Amino acid sequence: MQNRWIVEYTMKAPINKIIDFSNVDGPGNRCAIFFQSCPFRCLYCHNPETIRLCVNCGTCVKQCPAQALSFEDGKVVWDDEKCVECDTCIHVCPNLATPKIKEIEVDDLVAHIKQVKPFIRGITVSGGECMNQADYLLELFQKVQRLGLTCLIDSNGIHDFRKFPELMQVCDGVMLDVKAVDPVFHQELCACDNAMVLKNLDYLLEIDKLEEVRTVILPERDEENEKTVRYVSSHLQGRSRYKLIRYRPFGVREAGITAFGNHTYPKEAMEQYELICRENATKTCVII
Amino acid sequence: MTRVHDIVSNPTMTYQQQLLNLARLAEEYDTSLPRDKEFVEALEEQILCDLGEGLAPYRPRYILPDYRILMEKGSKTLELDPPTDIWEATNALLIMYKNVPSITSFPVWLGNFTQLLAPFDKDEAETRKAMKLFLQHIDKTLTDSFVHANIGPEDARINRIILDLTKEMQLAIPNLTLIYDPARTSDEFALACIDCMLATSKPSFANDVMYRADDNDWEYGIASCYNALHVGGGGYTLPRIRLYNASLKTDDPEDFINRVLPHYCEILLRNMDQRIRYIVEESNFFKSNFLVKEGFVKRENFTGMFGVVGMAECVNHLLKIDDKMKGYGHNKEAEDLAVRINDKLNEIVNAHEGVYCENSHNHYVLHAQVGLDCDGPEISPGMRIPIGCEPQLFEHISLETRMHKHYVSGIGDIFKLDDTWNNTQPALLDIIKGAFENGMRYFTAYNADNDVVRVTGYLVKRSEIEKYENNEASLNNCTSFGYGAKHNAKSLDRRVYDESSHQ
Repeated sequence: MQNRWIVEYTMKAPINKIIDFSNVDGPGNRCAIFFQSCPFRCLYCHNPETIRLCVNCGTCVKQCPAQALSFEDGKVVWDDEKCVECDTCIHVCPNLATPKIKEIEVDDLVAHIKQVKPFIRGITVSGGECMNQADYLLELFQKVQRLGLTCLIDSNGIHDFRKFPELMQVCDGVMLDVKAVDPVFHQELCACDNAMVLKNLDYLLEIDKLEEVRTVILPERDEENEKTVRYVSSHLQGRSRYKLIRYRPFGVREAGITAFGNHTYPKEAMEQYELICRENATKTCVII
Repeated sequence: MTRVHDIVSNPTMTYQQQLLNLARLAEEYDTSLPRDKEFVEALEEQILCDLGEGLAPYRPRYILPDYRILMEKGSKTLELDPPTDIWEATNALLIMYKNVPSITSFPVWLGNFTQLLAPFDKDEAETRKAMKLFLQHIDKTLTDSFVHANIGPEDARINRIILDLTKEMQLAIPNLTLIYDPARTSDEFALACIDCMLATSKPSFANDVMYRADDNDWEYGIASCYNALHVGGGGYTLPRIRLYNASLKTDDPEDFINRVLPHYCEILLRNMDQRIRYIVEESNFFKSNFLVKEGFVKRENFTGMFGVVGMAECVNHLLKIDDKMKGYGHNKEAEDLAVRINDKLNEIVNAHEGVYCENSHNHYVLHAQVGLDCDGPEISPGMRIPIGCEPQLFEHISLETRMHKHYVSGIGDIFKLDDTWNNTQPALLDIIKGAFENGMRYFTAYNADNDVVRVTGYLVKRSEIEKYENNEASLNNCTSFGYGAKHNAKSLDRRVYDESSHQ
C-alpha cells in the first residue's frame, strides 16, 4: 500500500467496528458502522474504548497474550489474524481507546457494504460520535445512496447539524441521543454542555430528519429522568419515535458503576415515563 | 428374540410406537430386495446408509397426494362426497390422512391448507373452532413431527386463523411451511409468519421463486422435514452418502472428486434403481392402493432422492483442517471445494438414467439430508456448518446461499435467535428476502427459549424430551429422535444470534 502511487484521493476514517447485520440500529436489517472517538464522556457509556483515539503509549502491546500487537515506527499496530478477541488491550488502556482500529477508505467501505447489500435496507453510522467524521460521511452517503440504500446517523448531537446542509440532504434521518435536559446534570453525566443537543432536536424536527430520539433512564435519578422525558416528548408531539432505554451496567466503566450501580433499571418502573409520553401524544414510545 | 423383547418392554414407547417398531423389525428379516455386495459393504463401512428403509419396502418413502381431488370429487374408497363446508372439509382430510402411507406410516404431507380450506372459510368463528379441533386432532393422532402442512403464498383469513392457533396451542405437529414469493406474499403476511415462527419455530419459509425456476412442470409441496416433492407423487426412497466417511478413503481432494465420490455414488444409484423397481414392481402399492386407483398420486410423479450428509467434515478432512473454527464456515478454500463436490454430485446424479421417474426427467434428485440422531457429532447434516462453529449471521447465510443450488428436493438451515428479534421482525424479513434472492432455498428460525424447538428439520417440545429423559413415553415419535440428536449431535446447542454475536 505504502509504495502505491496515489492517483485518486478518497478519505479515510478510524473505524472501530462494522456490524454486517444489525437489527438494533434503526428500522429493518442494517449494516452498522462504528467510528472511533467521541467528545462526550458519558458515565454509563457501554463501549468506553470508542471515546478517544489511540496515543500509541504501548501499554497494551506488552500485555497482549496473543502477540497480536506490536510497535511499528512508533505506532501501535494490530494484527487481526493473530487477535483472539480477549479484549485485554481494551481493559488495560489508560486512555479510553483501543488499538483495534482500522483506517478505512470510503471506497473500501462502500465495496464492503455492496457485499451485504441484498440483506439490508440501509446503513447506520454510529460511534463514538460519527459526526466527528462529517466530511467522510458526506462522501460515504453519496455513494451508498446510489446503491439504493438508506443512510441513518446515530449521534449525540454535539455538532451543529445546520452546518452540514449537504449531508442533511443525503441523510435519511438522524437518531439523536438526548441524555439529559438539565444542563448541570448533563455536564455531570457527559462532561459536556447540552445546549447544542437541544438545538439540534428542534432543527431536526424542523427539517423532518429526526428518525428517533433516545434517552437512557437512570437508577435513582427520577427527577432528571422525568424532566428529560417530559421535555423530549412534549417537543416531539408524536412526530418521531421515542425510545426509552433502561440503564444496564454491562460494559460500563468503574466511575459509571459508582454513580449508577450494578443493576439494570427495572422494567416495571418504566411505566411512569411511558405515561408521560402518552400525555404528550408520543405514542411511538418504545421501551428496551 | 431380544430385539422384540426390548420393544415389548420399553417404558418410553407408546402402543403405536411399539407396533411400528415391531413392523420395522419384520421388514428387516426379508431377503427379497436385491442388493449388491458393494452396497452392503458400504453400509457396513457406514459410507452409505439406507435410512432404515428395510429390506421389503411396501410403499414409497414420501407420498404427496393431490388433496384437491378429494375436495373436488371426494373418494369412492373412503366413501366421501365432496365437502360442502369447513366441517366436512376438515373431516374428509382427517379421514384421508389416516389412509396415506409413508416410511413413518404417517402422512408426511397434509396439503396446502390455504388452497384446500380457504374456500370453506365462511364464518370466522366457526372456521376458528373447526381449525382448532382439526389441529388438535392432527397433533394427537398423527403423532409424528414429519407430518407437514403448507400455507401461502397468498394471504387469506384462514392463514391468520392457523397462525393464531399455532401460537395459542404450541403444538409440535404438524410441521408448517410458508410457500414464500415476495411478488404474491405480502410483507404483512410474511411478518405475521415471522412472528409465529419466532414463538413456535414454525412456519418455515420456502423460496417459491427458486423452486418454481427449477422446473416449470413441477408443482411441488414441502413434506417431512423440508423435502420439495411433486404434488400427486413424492419420493420413493432416500438413501444417503456420508461424505465424511467416504472422504476417509483418501487424503487428496482430486482423488476424492474423481475416484472415491463417483465410485460410491454409482453404488448408491444402483441401489436406488433396485429399491424403486421393488416398490413399483413387487409391492402392491402402485397396483392396488386407492391413492393410485383414484388418481391422488401418479407413478410418474415420483422420484428417487439422493441424500447427502457431512459436507463440512468431508472438506475439512480433505484439506487437513483440524480446527473446525478455521474450516468450513470460516474458510473460503473449504467452501470452494464444497461447491466443486456439489457440482460433481449434480453431474453424477444427472448422468444416471433413473427408473420410473419420468416427471423428473428420468433422473433422481439431490437432497441435503438433515442427519440422523445416531450420526453423531462427526457428521453435520447436509451442507450445514458444524454446531458450535457457526460464524456471523451474514457469513453463515452467505455460505448457505452458495450450497443450495443443486438440492432441488430440499436443503435448509436453522437459525436460533435471541428475543431482540421479537421487536425487530422486519429486520428478519429483510434477511430472508436477501437470502432468497441470493439462492437460499429454505429458511427457518426460532427463539432460543421456545418450548417447541426445531431439532434438525423436525419439531419437538423440549418439555417432551425431558419426559423421555425421565423414562416416560411421549406421543410424538420424534421425541426420541430429538433426545438422540440433543445428546449425540448437540443439535439444540446451535449458536444464538443476538447482539453479542456481533462481536
